[in-house]
Amino acid sequence: MTPPATSWQLFWAFFRIGIFGFGGGPAMIPLVRAEVVTRHHWLTDEEFADVLAIGNTLPGPIATKMPGYIGYRVGGVVGCIAAVIAIIVPMIVAMIVMLGIFSRYRDVAWIRGMGQAVVPVVMVMMAQLTWDFFDKSQAALGWLVSIAMAIIAAGLIYWLGIHPGWVIGAILLAALLRPAGKKKAEGAA
Amino acid sequence: MIYWDLFLAFFIPNIIGYGGGPAIIPLIEAEVVGRYGWMTAQTFAETLALGNALPSPIATKMAGYVGYEVAGIGGAFIAVAATVIPTLLLMLGALGLLYRHRDSPRVKRMSQWVRPVIAMMMAWLTLGFLLESLNTSGTIHTLIIGIVAAIALIRFNTHPAFVVMGALVYGGFFLG
Repeated sequence: MTPPATSWQLFWAFFRIGIFGFGGGPAMIPLVRAEVVTRHHWLTDEEFADVLAIGNTLPGPIATKMPGYIGYRVGGVVGCIAAVIAIIVPMIVAMIVMLGIFSRYRDVAWIRGMGQAVVPVVMVMMAQLTWDFFDKSQAALGWLVSIAMAIIAAGLIYWLGIHPGWVIGAILLAALLRPAGKKKAEGAA
Repeated sequence: MIYWDLFLAFFIPNIIGYGGGPAIIPLIEAEVVGRYGWMTAQTFAETLALGNALPSPIATKMAGYVGYEVAGIGGAFIAVAATVIPTLLLMLGALGLLYRHRDSPRVKRMSQWVRPVIAMMMAWLTLGFLLESLNTSGTIHTLIIGIVAAIALIRFNTHPAFVVMGALVYGGFFLG
């Protein structure tokens, strides 16, 4: 059974996850598990796996859906708010303060140089993510389908100027409405 | 109305972006830089660099900062709320339904089919950062930073925070 949790416990648990979780939401899942299952026993291993699976059926960041749901489940509405605030607010404040100081001195040549120098780093990080997503995509759909879909989507979005929301929305609808059990649905997630 | 625009700019990416926070980044860039022009490619890259160097989820850090830049504290609140609340309410409200379908091939297919499009938008964004850097820092500096960063991140698994710090030092000395 789930032992009762105070909002304060929830706050500190998710505060720790937020402070030590680098690399975006999906990379933080093991930390969430360590706090929620191992340390506080709010959920069993099995329940945690279910929550994760349910979270993945929905779009949007996983690292806010899980704290919100777990907070609600063990601490009600207040617990939900405490968990979400604990995981997101500290670093949002840090971003605003640090970038605020940075942009105030943007006219100083060497500070502007620092800003320019991070662009190639971000490019490399984005290239890594690109590869990661293409690799998962080809594992599930094959190279041919993945590349064909990417090229068609690129044409629609960047050549015809259609908003990506329409393109992705149409794909989601097609995936949802197409009868289940066809061979495309096979393969690893 | 700026708050409504901010809400839409973050609501849409988060309601269609399967694959967690990182998948949402190119969709947010399309809104913030492409559609509304609230930020230049350069400032978006700087924001993303700091976002990657700090812990906690990336989608909410981007939303909080962009919202604050565009419309102050209220803007930050709206952008973060648009990121967090809709999918969280869906999860709390439709739990039973989602639970029954958590292993459904249709649901799996939704995230699988979206992935090539997200990957393509990520590739496009990568190219955008490359062109931006060639334009502002020149070919030689771009190559040096890019290659060293790639080796550090991929070959040696260096923590992104250290790679960003290294680039800041390099930029302070050689690009100022």
